[in-house]
Amino acid sequence: MKPAAFEYLAPRSVEEAVALLAERGEDAKVIAGGQSLVPMMAFRLATPAALVDLNGVSELDHARVDRDTLVLGATARHRSVQELAGLRERCAMVAEAVGLIGHPPIRNRGTAGGSIAHADPAAEWPALLLALDGEVDAMGPGGRRTIAAADLFRTYFTTALAPDEILTEVRLPLPAGAVGSAFVEVAQRHGDFAVAGAGALMIVADDGSVADARLVLIGVRDTAVRSVAAETILRGASPTDPVLDDATNAIRSEIDPVSDVHGSSAYRRRVAIAVARRAVTLARDRAHAAVA
Amino acid sequence: MDVTLSVNGVSRTASVEPRITLADVLRDELGLTGTHVGCEHGVCGACTVLLDGRSVRSCLLFAVQAAGQEVTTVEGLAAADGTLHPLQKAFHDAHGLQCGFCTPGFLMAARELLDENPSPTESEVRTWLSGNLCRCTGYQNIVDAVLLAAERMRGAP
Ligand SMILES: Cc1cc2nc3c(=O)[nH]c(=O)nc-3n(C[C@H](O)[C@H](O)[C@H](O)COP(=O)(O)OP(=O)(O)OC[C@H]3O[C@@H](n4cnc5c(N)ncnc54)[C@H](O)[C@@H]3O)c2cc1C
Ligand code: FES
Ligand code: FES
Repeated sequence: MKPAAFEYLAPRSVEEAVALLAERGEDAKVIAGGQSLVPMMAFRLATPAALVDLNGVSELDHARVDRDTLVLGATARHRSVQELAGLRERCAMVAEAVGLIGHPPIRNRGTAGGSIAHADPAAEWPALLLALDGEVDAMGPGGRRTIAAADLFRTYFTTALAPDEILTEVRLPLPAGAVGSAFVEVAQRHGDFAVAGAGALMIVADDGSVADARLVLIGVRDTAVRSVAAETILRGASPTDPVLDDATNAIRSEIDPVSDVHGSSAYRRRVAIAVARRAVTLARDRAHAAVA
Repeated sequence: MDVTLSVNGVSRTASVEPRITLADVLRDELGLTGTHVGCEHGVCGACTVLLDGRSVRSCLLFAVQAAGQEVTTVEGLAAADGTLHPLQKAFHDAHGLQCGFCTPGFLMAARELLDENPSPTESEVRTWLSGNLCRCTGYQNIVDAVLLAAERMRGAP
């Protein structure tokens, strides 16, 4: 299976890329890592008339921790994020999630921006963006706008980005203090898309109660999802095992997994609750270790 | 479009349409058929090559995107006089291949691993190679071969 013919465009700046995308219209697509788009082109599920390649736009190629925010340009590879010094200590959830994306060759090319724009409901980056209350910048013919994570993901493979907009930067605030976090998933093989996965983050107050809690799930419905029910139970509570049980059982009402070759809907539900429990437990134990 | 890239240290130029992948250019235009094409959608790893030293799926990269970059294929592993690379020697010695279809991909992925981590554990080898499929060996001998090559490259007895 070979991709259909297309016009190849290699802009050097964001401005040029936006202009090319606008000029070519709806049949043009942006290519970043190509790790999702090229397979779709090989299957002829995507047949763009033109590809605007972001890989030569140097202003998009950056990855750094700025004070308390992880800042990623649109062509920052999964691998570049893994290589940021001290990231695991700063936010284990991000380091663990990125390590679970595909295999080394996929991580060497694939990008955080591409994963967020692609919006696969089992992908890790959209979950990280939601869990950390992140935001993205998008640039279109009308100029630049910032979109909050909560407003970005619409349904399967669909975001609030317009076809003529380019996602230029991803920003993830990293909480500081007595914080612990983790990302846990179950997959057929290491690196495969998760059957279900969960990211959790907890901040504990001086009195030992939960000052803030985040729980995000993947592979369980049309988009990655924050569990409002679980977070509500956790906030202000003392994070004992029974409380964690209650919180993670509460995700039941918020998930609606599909059945496929990798597992039935009922199986995915059980896996989701199990990985949520493991992630929240790790987050709690790590938060306690951060205090000690 | 004319595309010039460095392949195993030699500058090569091919005239290709943008839709042609790096894998197809290596095989069909440059005659380097050591890079194998299995699934053509990123899943099997048979087409793995190094781009500027980092492993990539050559079926998911258009050749035009590799212009000006350094590509290393399985043909670039052995020395100029034909002496096998320690990884190749170890795959031979430890029976790390049967039909050999998957082998070039495994060799290139393992090469990147050993460049970065000369002393991987068995579990690290398995995890690193999880993106490469082999339908013959059952993986055990491939893992053994990579560990053997690592040991020899470290100069251990
Ligand atoms: C074998 C294999 C296993 C994988 N496993 C996982 C996994 O476990 N978890 C996971 O999350 N992912 C996985 N992936 C997908 C991988 O992470 C992709 O890299 C990612 O989903 C898309 O990023 P990309 O940069 O490759 O985007 P591309 O493939 O280049 O683009 C994807 C889509 O996003 C659009 N796009 C890209 N960048 C932008 C931008 N800046 N602005 C606007 N639109 C843009 C493109 O037009 C296209 O529609 C896997 C891929 C393969 C081949
Ligand atoms: S042919 Fe490229 S991964 Fe299978
Ligand atoms: S040796 Fe036959 S596929 Fe691996």
